[in-house]
Amino acid sequence: MSTMQDYQSSLDDPSSRKFETFSYLPEMDQARIRKQVEYIVAKGWNPAIEHTEPENAFDHYWYMWKLPMFGETDVDTVLAEAEACHKAHPDNHVRLVGYDNYAQSKGAEMVVFRGKAV
Amino acid sequence: MAKTYNAGVKEYRETYWMPEYRPKDTDLLACFKITPQPGVPREEAAAAVAAESSTGTWTTVWTDLLTDMDHYKGRAYAVEDVPGNDEAFYAFIAYPIDLFEEGSVVNVFTSLVGNVFGFKAVRALRLEDVRFPIAYVMTCNGPPHGIQVERDIMNKYGRPLLGCTIKPKLGLSAKNYGRAVYECLRGGLDFTKDDENVNSQPFMRWRQRFDFVMDAIDKAERETGERKGHYLNVTSPTPDEMFKRAEYAKEIGAPIIMHDYITGGFCANTGLAQWCRDNGVLLHIHRAMHAVLDRNPNHGIHFRVLTKILRLSGGDHLHTGTVVGKLEGDRESTIGWIDLLRDSYVKEDRSRGIFFDQDWGAMPGAFAVASGGIHVWHMPALVTIFGDDAVLQFGGGTLGHPWGNAAGAAANRVALEACVQARNEGVAIEKEGKEVLTNAAKHSPELKIAMETWKEIKFEFDTVDKLDVSHK
Repeated sequence: MSTMQDYQSSLDDPSSRKFETFSYLPEMDQARIRKQVEYIVAKGWNPAIEHTEPENAFDHYWYMWKLPMFGETDVDTVLAEAEACHKAHPDNHVRLVGYDNYAQSKGAEMVVFRGKAV
Repeated sequence: MAKTYNAGVKEYRETYWMPEYRPKDTDLLACFKITPQPGVPREEAAAAVAAESSTGTWTTVWTDLLTDMDHYKGRAYAVEDVPGNDEAFYAFIAYPIDLFEEGSVVNVFTSLVGNVFGFKAVRALRLEDVRFPIAYVMTCNGPPHGIQVERDIMNKYGRPLLGCTIKPKLGLSAKNYGRAVYECLRGGLDFTKDDENVNSQPFMRWRQRFDFVMDAIDKAERETGERKGHYLNVTSPTPDEMFKRAEYAKEIGAPIIMHDYITGGFCANTGLAQWCRDNGVLLHIHRAMHAVLDRNPNHGIHFRVLTKILRLSGGDHLHTGTVVGKLEGDRESTIGWIDLLRDSYVKEDRSRGIFFDQDWGAMPGAFAVASGGIHVWHMPALVTIFGDDAVLQFGGGTLGHPWGNAAGAAANRVALEACVQARNEGVAIEKEGKEVLTNAAKHSPELKIAMETWKEIKFEFDTVDKLDVSHK
């Protein structure tokens, strides 16, 4: 058994702030993001891209990047929109959403580009 | 032609055994497993159960003739072998919807599992399943919010939720208790939970517990930037006291409260669920005492019926068993009642113990809660069995981490997210669970230690209540 470690998390350290699903895992690379887009498309959900300043990540509503891509099944198109959003807002969190219109909920939601912690 | 009155005892089957009857869409249907007394024919025993759970009594009474008994009586319309059991048989009984007060699971149970369970003509009796007609379902309020609304309120999408019951279950002071809650929530859990035994004992009165727990939630939310909750148990000695505690929970901004629906009672539960809808507070439901009713394979009430009753009475979460942990639960059977809790339409499927199609209409579903004796190594199986619409609760598996609650919580959160991520990527996580967790642990010392701590723990006792699906 290794020695006990302190749990690093505090109010004054902005990097303690999480952003829900997958925020306890390492940031995804392009290949892994692609797999998640494929999952959303295979489920028949509508992909969407949203973003926010990291300090406002707790809010329910983030900024929509254009409209949700209703009926879009081309993975490259979705990835390109995520990239474009990230380029336009490099310091913001950018998240990928899969809208499940049957459940009237989001079937998936995850940050794919992590903003600058402030 | 008018009937005439003949005093005396008639065989039940003359009135209540109707194999030619075709159930109506509005009938409430029940399947009982009956073990009759020796020498009692199946049809007579089935008819007796139909009679005693509806309009009948042991002898003919003249007042029967003041009404149309053929309209109100329950009808035994079929009997069937129980596979692998020579003594018992299944009886199917149809009840007219008029027999039951609208929106009252209390009234339904008082008839279906009332006097009839002590009836001498049967040696043992078990209510296996009930088909609630959609016409009756629509008279019940059901879950105060349901899965979709809770996801929106708590901002949790695309994964199961994570919880933990605070231990030791009895004896902590309110402030120490709040500490344990805070540590769990800052480490990455979505919810913590009062143990069912925690009500308002002398060592920790409810009001101080509510205050300190709310402080823990507030700080953990500011620290992690995520929405958090704690199931404040409002199960009380009296309904007035229950509502008083619920009101205070709302006043301090608690997102979710908790009730024990069997020990607390169905009347209290239905009232509390209505209150929760009116006041925007989520409702977690614990099921203490269920095993008294559902564990004996020949006598009692199957848990799938208790699940349906809860969905009608109202709750946003219900404990369902884990399949893999320390408590009882056969896998196929458990998945059957999980579907009954969450889905809008469930088809008859004897391989999962489901005897009837069940249409829930627009009634929301509730989260299945898996709790009891589970730890990080169970995560791949739990994600596979339960899917996303579940709360996975690791009590000992969080608090028992060698580095404490926050580290234990983080270990579980990392394990959960790794499993969900891998599942989405197309990995067969139940089969390749070890690799998924081992890879995730490379970035999480908390998970690595958790995996070393619990590696060998297994619970592989055979279940007592197995599905009767195959002949001997």
